This record gives sequence, structure tokens and C-alpha cells, in this order.
Amino acid sequence: MDVLLRLKRFDPERDADPHWEEYTVQADPSDRVLDLLHQVKWYQDGTLTFRRSCAHGVCGSDAMLINGRNRLACEYLVKDAGTEISVEPIRGSQVIKDLLVDLDGFWEKYRSVMPYLVNDEVPADGKERRQSPEERERFDDTSKCILCGACTTACPSFWSNPDFVGPAAIVNAHRFIFDSRDQAGEERLQIMADADGVWRCRTIFNCVEACPRGINITRAILEVTAEVEKAQGA
Amino acid sequence: MSLRLPDATATRRRPRTHDLDALVVGAGGAGLYAALELKRDLGPEARIGVISKLYPSRSHTAAAQGGVCAALGNTEEDNWEWHWFDTVKGGDYLVDQDAAEVMCRDAVETIINLEHLGLPFNRTPEGLIDQRRFGGHTRNHGEGPVRRACYAAVRTGHHILQTLYEQCIRHEVAFYDEYQVLDLQMPDGVGGPVTGVIGYQLATGEVHSFLAKSVLFATGGFGKIFKVTSNAHTLTGDGVAIVYRRGLPLEDMEFYQFHPTGMYKLGFLLSEAMRGEGGFLVNGKGERFMERYAPTMKDLASRDVVSRSIYQEIAAGRGIDGKDFVHLDVRHLGAEVLNKKLPDMSGFIRTYFGIEPLTDLVPIQPTAHYAMGGIPTDLDGHALADERGTRVPGLYAAGECACVSVHGANRLGTNSLLDILVFGRRAGVAMADEVRRAPDPQPDAVAERAVLAGLAELLEGMEGERPAVIRAELQETMFAKCGVYRNGALLEEAQADLRRLRERARHLCVQDKGRRYNTDLVEALELGFLLDCAEATVDSALARTETRGGHAREDFPDRDDVEWLKHTFAFRWSEGAPPRMAYRPVTITKFPPKPRVY
Repeated sequence: MDVLLRLKRFDPERDADPHWEEYTVQADPSDRVLDLLHQVKWYQDGTLTFRRSCAHGVCGSDAMLINGRNRLACEYLVKDAGTEISVEPIRGSQVIKDLLVDLDGFWEKYRSVMPYLVNDEVPADGKERRQSPEERERFDDTSKCILCGACTTACPSFWSNPDFVGPAAIVNAHRFIFDSRDQAGEERLQIMADADGVWRCRTIFNCVEACPRGINITRAILEVTAEVEKAQGA
Repeated sequence: MSLRLPDATATRRRPRTHDLDALVVGAGGAGLYAALELKRDLGPEARIGVISKLYPSRSHTAAAQGGVCAALGNTEEDNWEWHWFDTVKGGDYLVDQDAAEVMCRDAVETIINLEHLGLPFNRTPEGLIDQRRFGGHTRNHGEGPVRRACYAAVRTGHHILQTLYEQCIRHEVAFYDEYQVLDLQMPDGVGGPVTGVIGYQLATGEVHSFLAKSVLFATGGFGKIFKVTSNAHTLTGDGVAIVYRRGLPLEDMEFYQFHPTGMYKLGFLLSEAMRGEGGFLVNGKGERFMERYAPTMKDLASRDVVSRSIYQEIAAGRGIDGKDFVHLDVRHLGAEVLNKKLPDMSGFIRTYFGIEPLTDLVPIQPTAHYAMGGIPTDLDGHALADERGTRVPGLYAAGECACVSVHGANRLGTNSLLDILVFGRRAGVAMADEVRRAPDPQPDAVAERAVLAGLAELLEGMEGERPAVIRAELQETMFAKCGVYRNGALLEEAQADLRRLRERARHLCVQDKGRRYNTDLVEALELGFLLDCAEATVDSALARTETRGGHAREDFPDRDDVEWLKHTFAFRWSEGAPPRMAYRPVTITKFPPKPRVY
């Protein structure tokens, strides 16, 4: 069947402003939106620019605003997207070219929350640290994050205040705050308690809707907020 | 549309130079572990850089699902010697046994180290790392399956990648994200030291010179030479091809693994863990056919055996509705196992097929998955210049792009993750030692000029074919003529096809003439890498007149230990000419070759 693909194009080397362009492509219902973008790039217009790699929802490269919602282009099928599909870059970051945005700020915020285990003590027997299945389960949800940016760039609080650390970074802080092995809890909670930390969340739930991994992000943010409050009360 | 060539003055200027102690190319598990070891070994002042054409968290290590094997013995008796035997047997005795010994012995300490670094393994009720079954891994030399695979849900690779990236951030490794590697710097040519690489910054279109006392290639595989593959779009054999072009050898390129349970037509993997948990294959008549091919291990026989069995069923007309696929049955595993232990796979099945694994049979076909061959290295990851074992000063390789050889003719499930960890780490340690002794690296002006000229030529090309058209034909050819089963006539056809495709690829039309994120140009460059990898694969496959592991010749159906218990080393003479083949004996220290029965 024919699908009408509306793509928001912008190449600052050639264009004064972003604009929509339309392409007709042949598609099967089981095709991914990413397949359609490839059809355009490979056989119609090689200048179309976007990021992608694994093409099955694990690498996190191809978050885009598709039919008005943040999704991974490789996880959204034509049978669900319909025969008229619009694709724009994710919002809140500078567009570099077509569907590809500047992610420097996104990575900077990720790195700012100490997204790594801090614990250099090794058990006396030289073996693994013990952790119960229940303790492991405590941060399972947030450990699924693939850093695609769909949540942060769907967040109205982030749009209105680009300094907000954003849901993705908080998710990755949560991953360590609730890991029984970590020893940097206080320091990380300090970062979260910053003016541009968890308090900027307005529980709008856009992040939950946008997450391709199904992470309950708002709950994670509220859990981190509760920890911050506990630490401040103590 | 106005066409803009790259700024001529910019290309004439000397490239921007980055001076480093050690450089890692590729940010998957092997590269990141090496970088972390380098930093831990040389201290915080050491200049350790990682360049990658992606952001590190996008690397394909993340796609590995089921687990990583180490004989921890946490849930039942196990020992690393059994793992060693399984690896040698799984590799159809082409494994270098000293290398596999190192891998299986070091596995235990390496997995423990990963836990210390933060990896969230699933746990036993006692709080130890949990373990499960995986194809080809057995108790006491084949008596039955053993729980050896350590896992983190079905996201083991994701967590390995994240944990190593996180610790690299913590230890302030310098990341150069979104740089395409284009060439090695070898100012004195073959025989002289490698002193760095030439990179292309995607964001700006600028060529950069990276100089380092020690360079690691950890650039991953080249599954994109095949039509149906589990590999990411970006797995185009960049490092492998660059080494080959420089006159250095590629080892055992004929051995390519087809994973039995790729999603039909899509090629993504449904992890072996689905069979490890009790799933099985059925043909069009509803028969559990693996019982006939592998009476003991059945659906958990090694991957080459299962993939060939599926092809034989299909060839005998017993595919589903007579077509080229069979079914994976996981319905009996129940919601608890499918949703808790195998959530990602169950999700793939629901998302991409729109069916329910609890009630529906899942269509699968073998998919091109893993290169056993690659850049030859010694046990420290040092790249080899020839079949006699001469080292290339300054150059290392680890992970899928390398061939140690621990996988021989067929890799066991989970051993790729183990390979990247053990040998990535060992390479890092060896490189640190080299950095302490090596002289300051000198730039390779000839390589710089050649890279700039090559880019200019591609960008100027106005008439020619689109890279995607040639790539699609390459992938068809390789899948049909150099796939699960091969024969002399088909391989000769593949050779001829590749010659024609290479000729056509001399004139490519790159439509994007811009400087920033010119992914059109990158795809043209990647096509060149793919053609080189495919050529080395087909030529090596044609030369090997036997069937062993992942290399199945219909015209030579038996393993031939008298003639072929040896590794292929393919050297390129000149572009388009057939490579020179040399051979290196297999290292056998413990297990004499035996017939392989599962």
C-alpha cells in the first residue's frame, strides 16, 4: 500500500527555516516507520538525515516525534501509524539537520547525576557482593533505560526550563540510589535536590507515555523525591 | 538545490590532531573494558580516548540478550575446564586451545569484577549471581546441560555496555562520539608501528588525526554483508576492512555463524535463552525435529547444528506450509517465565509480529549473526602481521572484529560477551604496558592525503549508482550463495558477483554534498568496507574444501582434520585481485579432535 510520509526537513546549510516535505512510499503494514525513512533516504533523497542503529528498539538512536508523540521509529509499525505519517525531530533541543538534534545537553545532564556505582570495597572472599532478588528488583524498572531521550524531550517542564535535569537523568540516578550496593547516596541526592533537580517535575506523565521501554518514570521521580525529602528531614 | 562541496581550504589544512596515550576505536564492551583498564592501570593523568561512530550506549553489545558464561557453580556443580571443553568442541576443534583456556579460566574473575563494577545480575535466593542453561554448555564433557550463563534479565549485553560506560565516565575516559574511523596511521608502512587513526567527525565533516602510542580496534562485526541479519545497520566491518586494505591478514573469515532463531524476515534474535528456558522448534508437521539431529542436547545443540537442521527440514518440504521458516514453540513456558524471565523477547514477538507467544507459534529462520573470523591477535589482543605470529607494533584488536581464536569454526552462545570482556580487558592491560615504553607517535601524512582525496572524490561524484542499490545486491548474493550451506559453484558465482559490484561501486552517487552529519557519505564509505569483508569471506570459503562448524560445504560434507586443522590467513595483494592465502596450525594443548555429536 502507499503511505504518505510528511517529514519536517531542515538543513541550516541550505534552508532558512524548517519546512514540511511529503513523500509517497510503498509499505507493508508490518513495516516500521524506520523502514519508510530508509526508503526515502536510500531511493528518493539521500540528504534526509536521522540517527539509527539496531533497528529493533534496544540502542535508543531513533527517538522521533511521530504522529505527534515521541516514539522510536524502529518500534512503530505502519499498521499502527496509518497511511499518513508525520515525523518531526524530538522537541526542546536544537535541530542540527532534519530529524537529528543536538544531544550534547542531554548527555551532559546524564553525566551530572553520577550515573555509576560508587563502591570500591571488595568482599573479603573475593567473590560477588551479595544482593537479594528483592533488592535487585528495587531498581529493575529504571535499569531498563536506553537513553533514547524520548522522555526528557516530551517533558513540558524541560521545554519551559532547559536547565531542568530531566526525566532521563533522574531515571539513571534512581537506578543507583535504590541499588543496595551503592555508597554515594547522599551525594547523588544532593544533586537531585538542586533547584533544577526533581522539584521541577510537575507529574504531567508525558515521560511515562513516551518511554519505549515502558518504565514508570513518574513513579521513579516521585520515589527519588521522597528520598530527597527524607534526607533533608533527617 | 545548491550544491556545496566541502570548504577547499579546510581540506587542504592539516587535520586537527588529538594527542593521546592510547586510543580505542569502538565503544562496545571490548573497547570500553580496555579503556577502563588503561585508565585504572596508567592513572587519572593518562590520556585515554575512545572514538565511536555512535554514542557509546548505542553500541551493539547492548543487543546481546541471554547471558555470559562463567563456571561460577552458583546453582549446580560446574568447573571452568568443562567450559573449556565445550568451547573447543563447539568450535569444531578449530579453537586455539590455549586461548580458550585463558578465556574460560579468566571468565570467573571477570564476571566477579563486573559485579563489583555495578552490573545488576539476577540473583539466587542466597544473593549470588544467578545462572541458567544455554546452548552447547554442558556438564562433564557433554553429559547434559549445565547452568553456566550469568544473566541480567534478558538484557545482559545492555547491562554490560552500560556498566562499563558508566565506569568509564566515572574514571574520566575521553569520549569522541560520532567519529567515523577511515584509516590507520602507519607512517612506515606494513612492518612499522601503528601510530593512530584518521577519523571523520560526523557533526562537522572535518577530518581529524588521532595519534596514540597504542591503538585498539574494537569495531565489531560485519553482519550487514548479509540480507537477513541480527546485526545493526552500523555493523559494516569498518575496522576489519581497514586492516585488510593495509595489507594485514584476516583470519578464518569463512566461518560465519547463522543463529537459528532469527525473527522471520526481520532477522533480529530471539535469544537462545528461550530454548534454554524450555522452548523448542517444530516443523510444518508439528514435529520436534531437533530430537532427530541431536538426541542428547536437542534444541540446545550448538548453533551451527541447529541452523543446518532447520535448513534440512525446509529443504525436505517440512517448513511451515512448505515455506522457508519453522516455528519456535514457547507457549508452555507460561506467563511468569515469558514476562519475567524473557520480557524483551516476548515484547519483540508482540511488537513486530503482532502475535501472542503464550498462545501462538513464532515464525523463525536462521539469521546471519556473528563473525568467528577477523583480525588475528595473540592472547593479549596484539594484532598479528602474518601466520607466523609476528606482532604489529602499536595495534590491538578485541571483540567481534578480532580472531584470537576462541570460537574456532562456531561460537557457543554467550561466549561472544565473554570474549569481549576477557580479551578487551587483557588488551587494555597489554596496551598500558606498551604505552609506558613506546616512543611518541608520528603522523602518517600519506594516509591523511589519501583519506582527504577519497572523501573529495566521493563528494564530487554526480553520476553513478546509489550505495543502497549496490548494498542490497551484495546482501542478496551473500545470503543466497555464501550462507548456511555453500558449494564451489555458488561461491564462484558469489566471487563474480562481488567483482561486478566492486566495479559498479567505483562510481557512486552521494546526493548529500553538505558537511554536517553527511550520513549519505558515511553509507557510501560503509559500502566499501562491506565489499572488502564480503570478498575476504567468499575467497576464504572457496579455498576451504571441507565442512567444519559454521562453514558447511555441500560438495565437501565432511570435516578433514588431515588437511584442514588450520586457520586461514587471507592477505590482499591489490584491490580486485584474489587474496593470497596462508595457513597457521591450530593450537591443541588438551583436547584431541573428536567427531562432534550433540
